Amino acid sequence: MNRRAIRRAINVLALCLSGVATAIGLFFLGAILWTLLKNGLAGMSLKLFTEMTPPPGSAGGLLNAIYGSVVMTLIGILIGGPIGMLAGTYLAEYGRTARISTVIRFVNDVLLSAPSIIIGLFVYELLVVRMGHFSAIAGAVALAIIAMPVTVRTTEDMLNLVPQGMKDASTAMGAYTWRTVTSVIYPAARSGIVTGLLLAVARISGETAPLLFTALNNQFWSSDLGAPMANLPVVIFQFALSPYPNWQQLAWSGALLITVSILILSIAARLAVSSFTQGRR
Amino acid sequence: MNTVTAISPRHAAGQRQRERLFRGATLAAALLVLLLLGGVTLSLIVGAWPALAQFKLSFLTREIWNPVTDQYGALAPIYGTLVTSFLALLFAIPVSFGIAIFLTELAPAWLKRPVGVAVELLAAVPSIIYGIWGLFVLSPVLQRHVQPWLIEVLGPLPLVGKLFQGPPFGIGILTASFVLAIMIIPFIAAVMRDVFETVPDVLKESGYGLGATTWEVIWQVVVPYARTGMIGGVMLGLGRALGETMAVTFVIGNAHRIGTSLLAPGTTISASIANEFAEAVGDLYTSSLIALGALLFLITFVVIAAARLMLMRLERRALSSA
Amino acid sequence: MSASEASPRLPEKSPGAPGAAGAVRFEVKHLNFFYGKSQALKDINLSLADKQITAFIGPSGCGKSTLLRVFNRMYALYPGHRAEGSVLLDGEDILAPTVDVASLRFRVGMVFQKPTPFPMSIFDNVAFGLRLSRRITRSELTDRVEEALKDAAMWDEVKDKLHEDGRGLSGGQQQRLCVARTLALRPEVILFDEPTAALDPISTLRVEETLQSLGERYCIAIVTHNLQQAARLSDITAFMYLGDLIEMGPTEQMFTAPKNRRTDDYVTGRFG
Repeated sequence: MNRRAIRRAINVLALCLSGVATAIGLFFLGAILWTLLKNGLAGMSLKLFTEMTPPPGSAGGLLNAIYGSVVMTLIGILIGGPIGMLAGTYLAEYGRTARISTVIRFVNDVLLSAPSIIIGLFVYELLVVRMGHFSAIAGAVALAIIAMPVTVRTTEDMLNLVPQGMKDASTAMGAYTWRTVTSVIYPAARSGIVTGLLLAVARISGETAPLLFTALNNQFWSSDLGAPMANLPVVIFQFALSPYPNWQQLAWSGALLITVSILILSIAARLAVSSFTQGRR
Repeated sequence: MNTVTAISPRHAAGQRQRERLFRGATLAAALLVLLLLGGVTLSLIVGAWPALAQFKLSFLTREIWNPVTDQYGALAPIYGTLVTSFLALLFAIPVSFGIAIFLTELAPAWLKRPVGVAVELLAAVPSIIYGIWGLFVLSPVLQRHVQPWLIEVLGPLPLVGKLFQGPPFGIGILTASFVLAIMIIPFIAAVMRDVFETVPDVLKESGYGLGATTWEVIWQVVVPYARTGMIGGVMLGLGRALGETMAVTFVIGNAHRIGTSLLAPGTTISASIANEFAEAVGDLYTSSLIALGALLFLITFVVIAAARLMLMRLERRALSSA
Repeated sequence: MSASEASPRLPEKSPGAPGAAGAVRFEVKHLNFFYGKSQALKDINLSLADKQITAFIGPSGCGKSTLLRVFNRMYALYPGHRAEGSVLLDGEDILAPTVDVASLRFRVGMVFQKPTPFPMSIFDNVAFGLRLSRRITRSELTDRVEEALKDAAMWDEVKDKLHEDGRGLSGGQQQRLCVARTLALRPEVILFDEPTAALDPISTLRVEETLQSLGERYCIAIVTHNLQQAARLSDITAFMYLGDLIEMGPTEQMFTAPKNRRTDDYVTGRFG
């Protein structure tokens, strides 16, 4: 009787603690979002989107940084996305059982979780040293290298969800694999693949470390891919650590902007994939 | 009699050619993954070579980091990286475990999805946000309320006390560990939850059938079954903590020094690179920073590889039992 | 019980008495098939004739589906699957490595157990194979799609929604769409792999009607678990067991007076 009471007490205690742990996790999410909203909204104005990053002490916006982030993220996903899709296609279709695919999957998983600052160093050695200066294109390549493993993984997973029967039916009609893949499998897995791309965009649009010594920063407007280019993460980094209140304010606004876009992207990705998996049932 | 639709030979040849092209393109893209790993490894080794040739093994054992005299040793950043990651895991593991349990065994259905999504969104927040939040919100709180208490209460203790002495800076090793922990909690929790969900219901039901409480089923059935996957998830989190740059750089204090106190500022490998690389002048300085990067890559590679192997083994077991 | 009694609703089979069938299209000689090390077909010898429906029956794992997948070399998709012996289509050995499998699959169509409409419109589903074969004009394409849908007896049902997604059709319609998709290529041989196993009785009836009318024009092979279906539809029935072809002959004889005791046991429901 007594023993049973103790067991029950332990049970209740443990379950309460797990609830507390969840509350702690949610508390931090709330705390971070609240700080972001409070500090970020204070600096929200149209100026943010129409003016360049200012020198210390004067007013300005984030236009050049927003532009740079969008451009580099787009180029990054345009390079990394298709390559990742092709590689994922190889793993799911041509090389599904090949021994080399096991190795590729493993290496891809390692790249997926490798520190992004290492990718920055790699691109620095690969492009910045050769070109002799920092450039937007180097930043975009670094982002592409980070986007690629994400796309490889999601593409393979999504293509594997397409029923084998559909692939067989296409083959039985005399279609070669390339035709089956492009006309049947890709359309069937479309929303799943889109999810993967959205997740990849979400991942790279907040990356800071790999841009620090590839794209660097630029206080002025620049659309030259061969020159250093401003971007939100690096601007946030530099402005937040500066002693100037107007820069710190811009850093908060930039942080809010970036977080909101990434959360929207993540939620959109989630919606796309749930419509896809429901279509499968 | 119907006429047969034959493929014209030219068309067939064209199809075969495109098939070869497409197959070649996908294979090339897949091989690029391998090439990328090779390229990263090679470029790090080449970049690190001058520093390693100059300092040999002493690079790993010296604390000195002096751009003026061109003397570099990696001990302080290595120490900082290992200690912050270790402490972060210490904070993060129990909380992640609790969240995973709550999500799989405890939460009512209507709560499961929103809380699960919230945890996953927390994992999607970019690390720079954690960094600036840590600098402007967390460290003042720690400086004013937590660290004085630690110094007062724990500081005088023998042995353990050494870890909690000195002035309350706010930023430092302990704060960095804390921010790291908050960052990897959703990550580890998500993996643990997925692993818990692979535990067959039959096993749990037979536990309940013997009169076990929920907690006993979790601790004696679910956890032993999911152990490999849990360790895999923790190690993935560790891999992330070891390599994390932005969240740490803001709050660690960036001092190439090994202090006994956890409240003292320090540095990590990635924070050193992030802070100094763009401004590093001189080949030996740059090379030393790249050598730090190579070291970081080696450490994270081992940790991530081990984690992936564990999770892969688990996946295979789940497949064979399905 | 005779075949026609089993399904009085279906029209009487065309009196193409077995033996008086058309020319031989497929001829299988000493066919052995392996999944890695295990042997799935053992020394199979048989032939399929034009304008006849040949049904393959037998318990699960007897090799009937495997045999079907040899006729269009679908097995080549999977590593470790290997066929030995010879399979002649109009005298040409299709197992030869020089054979272009895509062209072969144009001549030998296949309909699967589960309806597998492609993620595109009904029209594009039917046009899929035609677009693979060669350049084709829009008007010819339209004609051929209409013809195929009519042959599959579903033109009236879908003519007003040709541009809707094929996955929106009912299960039975989806399966007939897959039949139409195969017919559009005007194949010489059509293989059916348990085409009604995933369908409800009404849809099954419609698909069987379609099959019946096709039997008068094509060389058809069908694998089925449903003995009644084999009896209703086929001219020739082949009974397979554990990778062996036990007995093959005119359907009526197979179901009423089989020569082999195992066949008798199976068709009378004593095992399988």
